[in-house]
Amino acid sequence: MRSYYPVLNALGLIVMIFGLLMGFPIGISYYLQDGAHLAFDNAVLFTVTAGLATWLLTRGKRRDLRVPDGFLLVAASWIVLPIFGALPLMGYLPELTFTYAYFEAVSGLTATGATTLSGLDDLPISINVWRTFMHWIGGMGVIVLVVAILPLLGIGGRQLFKAEVPTPMKEQSLTPRITETAKGLWITYILLTVACGFSLWFAGMDGWDALIHAFTVAGLGGFSSKDASIGHFNSVPVEIVIIVFALLAALNYATHYLALMRRSPRPYFRDPEIPFFFGVLLFSTAMLTAYLFYLNAHSDLASTLRYVAFHVVSISTSLGLSTYDYTLWPMFAQLWILFLGSFIACSGSTGGGIKMMRAIILYKQVYREIVRSLHPHAVHPVRMGSQPVSNQILHAVLGFSFMYMVSIVSLTLVLSASGLDVVTAFSAVVACINNTGPGLGAVGPASNYAALNDFQAWTLSFTMILGRLEIFTLLVVLTPVFWRR
Amino acid sequence: MKIIILGAGQVGASVAENLVSEANDITLVDTSPEFLEVLRDRLEVRTVCGNGASPLILEEAGAGDADLLIAVTQSDQTNLCACRVAKSLFNLPTRIARLRSGDFVEYPELLNDENFAVGFSICPEQIVTDYIKRLISFPEALQVLEFAGGVLSLIGVRAFEGGPLIGHPLKAMRYHMPNVEVRIAAIYRNGEPITPRGDTVIVPGDEVFCLAASVHIRQVMRELRRSDQPMRRIMIAGGGNIGFRLARSIENDYNVKLLEVNKRRTEYLATQLNRALVLRGDSTDEKLLENEGIDETDLFVALTNNEEDNIMSASLAKRMGARRTLALINRKSYVDLVQGGPIDIAISPAQISIGTLLAHVRRGDVVAVHSLRRGAAEALEIVAHGNEKESKVVGKSIDQIQLPRGASIGAIVRVEKRADGRIVRHEVIMPHHDTVIRSDDHVIVFCTHKRLVRQVEKLFQVGFTFL
Repeated sequence: MRSYYPVLNALGLIVMIFGLLMGFPIGISYYLQDGAHLAFDNAVLFTVTAGLATWLLTRGKRRDLRVPDGFLLVAASWIVLPIFGALPLMGYLPELTFTYAYFEAVSGLTATGATTLSGLDDLPISINVWRTFMHWIGGMGVIVLVVAILPLLGIGGRQLFKAEVPTPMKEQSLTPRITETAKGLWITYILLTVACGFSLWFAGMDGWDALIHAFTVAGLGGFSSKDASIGHFNSVPVEIVIIVFALLAALNYATHYLALMRRSPRPYFRDPEIPFFFGVLLFSTAMLTAYLFYLNAHSDLASTLRYVAFHVVSISTSLGLSTYDYTLWPMFAQLWILFLGSFIACSGSTGGGIKMMRAIILYKQVYREIVRSLHPHAVHPVRMGSQPVSNQILHAVLGFSFMYMVSIVSLTLVLSASGLDVVTAFSAVVACINNTGPGLGAVGPASNYAALNDFQAWTLSFTMILGRLEIFTLLVVLTPVFWRR
Repeated sequence: MKIIILGAGQVGASVAENLVSEANDITLVDTSPEFLEVLRDRLEVRTVCGNGASPLILEEAGAGDADLLIAVTQSDQTNLCACRVAKSLFNLPTRIARLRSGDFVEYPELLNDENFAVGFSICPEQIVTDYIKRLISFPEALQVLEFAGGVLSLIGVRAFEGGPLIGHPLKAMRYHMPNVEVRIAAIYRNGEPITPRGDTVIVPGDEVFCLAASVHIRQVMRELRRSDQPMRRIMIAGGGNIGFRLARSIENDYNVKLLEVNKRRTEYLATQLNRALVLRGDSTDEKLLENEGIDETDLFVALTNNEEDNIMSASLAKRMGARRTLALINRKSYVDLVQGGPIDIAISPAQISIGTLLAHVRRGDVVAVHSLRRGAAEALEIVAHGNEKESKVVGKSIDQIQLPRGASIGAIVRVEKRADGRIVRHEVIMPHHDTVIRSDDHVIVFCTHKRLVRQVEKLFQVGFTFL
């Protein structure tokens, strides 16, 4: 009989740490006396107690985590944590049902940014901070954080890390010790966030807005403290800062880390994803600007470029902030940026989708098939930089991409069966599985997900977690094979 | 001179062969007794069996009073280590190492006297690759050699019907190309050398070697044969060291296909090459060549380790329609058999790479020694030093210099330097009987026989007062 107590034990620990992280918004709440501290007090108390109790009760059953335990722990954490993340929201907004609160918390932790709330401008600052703070924690990964600060997870560390970090090259690590790697990633992440916050502040936001949006941008989330999102500020400097930091956050954090450690820009030149990343974004921006300018979607070329550049970066990197209701654009432009979101973000970034790395591998694989049919004797390995991609990784990428498509199609079918129109259903699924946030149609940037019924909200919550954990980590746990001994 | 050669492989053996005729004491060191035995029977050399990097073996080979160490084993590490040992323990004055891997050469500080103490490093594979590259950029040439850092070139061309100069005496060249100075260095007709004179008439089939400033080379070549289409599609058989280097250096300029049999090697090649197409298969596989469009290939280069395979695959490629074929062939008897027939150019790696090595070995200021037509004649690039009193060459006109019979001065490259020693420009001079040689001139001398090389060297040496 396989024992699940060790997993439960670690889960208790993670929940407890998560509860302690709520201390951050509580501090703000007390400092500002914004009336939300009661909601937080109860949530923290409940979360920490639950975590502590689980941890203490299962202490005697502790042992090193095994490979299946790792999957179970990561999947369970991502399902359980939003419950606790939802508590402050429910506490402050009594009319919010558990379904919507859970949806909001999942959207927060998976750094999606799809919201059912409106009247954000009137929410207390601490609540808004908590919403985007969840983006920030979830963006880099709760487990990565736990691995970074608590080496006591021991042997299971690398396995957990692999299950959560979004990259096809699971075996590469920056330092010999996984704890060091996790720490390095988090330090880089914190530095980037701080830089982003100050830049936003200098660009004209007030301090609290700068903090809230720095969390959103660094985690590539999408929550804002304004109903009108970034459109509220109507400021070119703010938009430029957000574009720059969204681009940085959508690059591989390992590359940032190496560049920082070696104090040299060379790692950026050697990152095989970067040329494709910027190439596709530049092309898309130029093409859509020309297209929309030709159709007179905006008054002049400069403002066309401004809106196009912001949304191309924001939607494709899976950030999901907006300055304009882009659903007013022709369908082609809307679909283009939505599709970009499914592959633009680099592996090891806080963005979503199948990741640039896999897109490049898929493209090269197709090219290889073409070469092979013309030259049956050709030896043409798929390469990343000068490294050949092993068949094992290649198959994993093909399998993943297939499951990604299957997930989109089947979830779209489920949502349309529940009564949504096709554009809304499809774009909601794509926006959620890519952790982008706003979709098209009824879930576009001008409206939000409040119109969904309970069933649809649960389906999309599942979709967001599925996308964040790159499908397989969650899927493994959902298969009978996993539970069979 | 006492010389120790480490490694009795292809390079080591041909170095020994070349040096033995010049009255040197040569000791060959190798780990394989079989290799040594073969060479001992053929050449007048002493052999020592053992690891060349070991101090004991080096001592046994006579490192104590040797003048020169040539470390040309297969292994870079052995060569490096041997140089260090020879320097530290025996204070051996001149050390030459063969380094195949480019990594070491990228860090020159590794090779200085504090570290590996390598006096000169050579990479035969790179030299052969550069040589083939030059042949590719001059598709009509049989041989392209460069002197004085590339300012002056020597090309060998087979004269063909249709060249403007064919059927005319050599002196007509001046009217054809009034602005170009060319010197015809040698002409071979039916394999026999004939002395070029002003009234010599070039007939189709002659191999003509001419010397001209590198910028004029194409123009000169056009006189001797119709120029060919430029190369576009190149197929290389054999992905060894040379094949790989060649493919890597030309893959951006040409459409390259590289054939290799070994599966693991093909995988390595495919990860290292960006644009060249790597194919797995035997270069003598007719079906494969046909599928890959051998009939549309401009150049087929056979570079496998097996020279018989190279001959067969190049012949096959030629028969199936490849426009031009090159094959790596070491054995001189094979070269005479096939060159000009199914194989347009036979390349002997040992012959090509040895010139650079020998230049280091020879005394005086020999910059390069090249063999023309596979050793039938030698071309020397030598720097004149000293003043009129000390030197037998400087300050004298050409007809005052007492060159041995069979040697002749082909060209002079005059280096103009600024006061701070920076080179301003090179001037190519085609000498006449009254041209006076100055100090620091690079003089190109042709010798009809290898034996003369030593005499020419002696002639250029400066008297003791200069030292």
